[in-house]
Amino acid sequence: MTLDFNHIQAAHCENGVTTSLLRHNGVQQITEPLAFGMGAGLFFVYIPFFKINNGPVIAFRSLPGLIFNRTCKALDIPVVRKKFYSKEAAEKFLNERLAEGHLVGCQVGVYYLPYFPKEYRFHFNAHNIIVFGTEDGNYLVSDPVMEGTNVLSPYELERVRFAKGALAPNGQLYYPKESRPVTDEQVKRGIISGIKKNVQNMLQLPGPLTGVNGISFTGKRIKKWRDKLGPKDAGLYLAQLVRMQEEIGTGGGGFRYIYGAFLQEAHAYTKRDELLDIAQTFTESGDLWRTAAVHAAGIYKGRLGSQEDFNTMGDYLLEVSEIEKRAFTALKNIKWQ
Amino acid sequence: MKKEDVPQDMSALGKITKEVCYATDETGKYTTQLSDGWNVKITALDKAWEEIDARVKTAREQVLNGAASPLLFFMEKGLMDVKLLAEYTGFWQWQVKRHLKADIFKSLSEKKLQKYAEVFNVTVNDLQNMNFNDA
Repeated sequence: MTLDFNHIQAAHCENGVTTSLLRHNGVQQITEPLAFGMGAGLFFVYIPFFKINNGPVIAFRSLPGLIFNRTCKALDIPVVRKKFYSKEAAEKFLNERLAEGHLVGCQVGVYYLPYFPKEYRFHFNAHNIIVFGTEDGNYLVSDPVMEGTNVLSPYELERVRFAKGALAPNGQLYYPKESRPVTDEQVKRGIISGIKKNVQNMLQLPGPLTGVNGISFTGKRIKKWRDKLGPKDAGLYLAQLVRMQEEIGTGGGGFRYIYGAFLQEAHAYTKRDELLDIAQTFTESGDLWRTAAVHAAGIYKGRLGSQEDFNTMGDYLLEVSEIEKRAFTALKNIKWQ
Repeated sequence: MKKEDVPQDMSALGKITKEVCYATDETGKYTTQLSDGWNVKITALDKAWEEIDARVKTAREQVLNGAASPLLFFMEKGLMDVKLLAEYTGFWQWQVKRHLKADIFKSLSEKKLQKYAEVFNVTVNDLQNMNFNDA
């Protein structure tokens, strides 16, 4: 059984799942940048005391699940989201929803995901895919970062839905409860609430570790990494930063570009010309994140490595922090009618 | 980033699927462009794997010396730690720690070995002989 469904490829998995699910459920206007912006997906957090793969946790986007929830909420679309203790119950619930004609979003781990290249199969549990039907006892799967669709056996799907470790999905699935179109006015309101939420997350959260403050804090820390960790581990930390920043599913520099694209699309709905200038500021920030990544690569490849090189690296982040502070302050100061 | 500057360096992922990137066209308007990959990302990933390979190599030597059970080799190869391996197998962490000892591993029941074998996608025989299935 296959549902009538168009696979949409996206830069980021949760944006892609959100876009596909909403479009399938009647929201014609939705695009990846709009989903990302309405879901207030842009973020930064540095968690030095919590390690993944022996390096610090640095995230460039909000917690998994939030983009879908916020975007649906902004458009007044009720969401069903469910976790399971039992694998049998998880499979039964999925099958029933498919039989009813729902597309179902699933949070999965990538470690056992068979169609992923093995170089990318880490214990990362915040990946998102859509199950859109069954065929010969197998599940048809739309993974937004892939160009085409894939097939998973019930065992393979169960394994990735019940991956273990940090952010374990516990069979989590989600979908819009109702299928209905939205008006352009609703989209406009969703855009404004998404921007406000993102301003809050980047400028106004307390503590030094999040938002634009988190970026400058990380920049200052990087300058100390070489002395504190030694050149080898400091290089590994930087490689980790770049992987978190640019890798599929978590891209950081790339997220700035998506946000720029969002502001351009937002302009069409809100007619606020300042959004176009601010979009350019995000392009500038994305470019600088990429320049910083090139510099970091010089260090972890061993071509660079002096304290001066680490200072330059830290300064890049301080500059990014200033640019994004400028951009979000400009967004904050818009007087929406 | 301009559309024509989107990097096209062939990566492990690029062989299977291209990635969507957002970039600007000649008028500054955002559009999407497919990318094969980017060298900066490829080397960051390589760096992570170099580190893992070194840990696996050390683990293999420890197993061959009799200082650890083959489980240590598979655990490192599977990018796991005791906590995660315990979650996947359903054993307690103290049990996994015991099973990492060479002599205790030798006395494990077929049923327990089978649990580990399933987590690592190998047969019990492979598990005992450190044959990793790289597929």
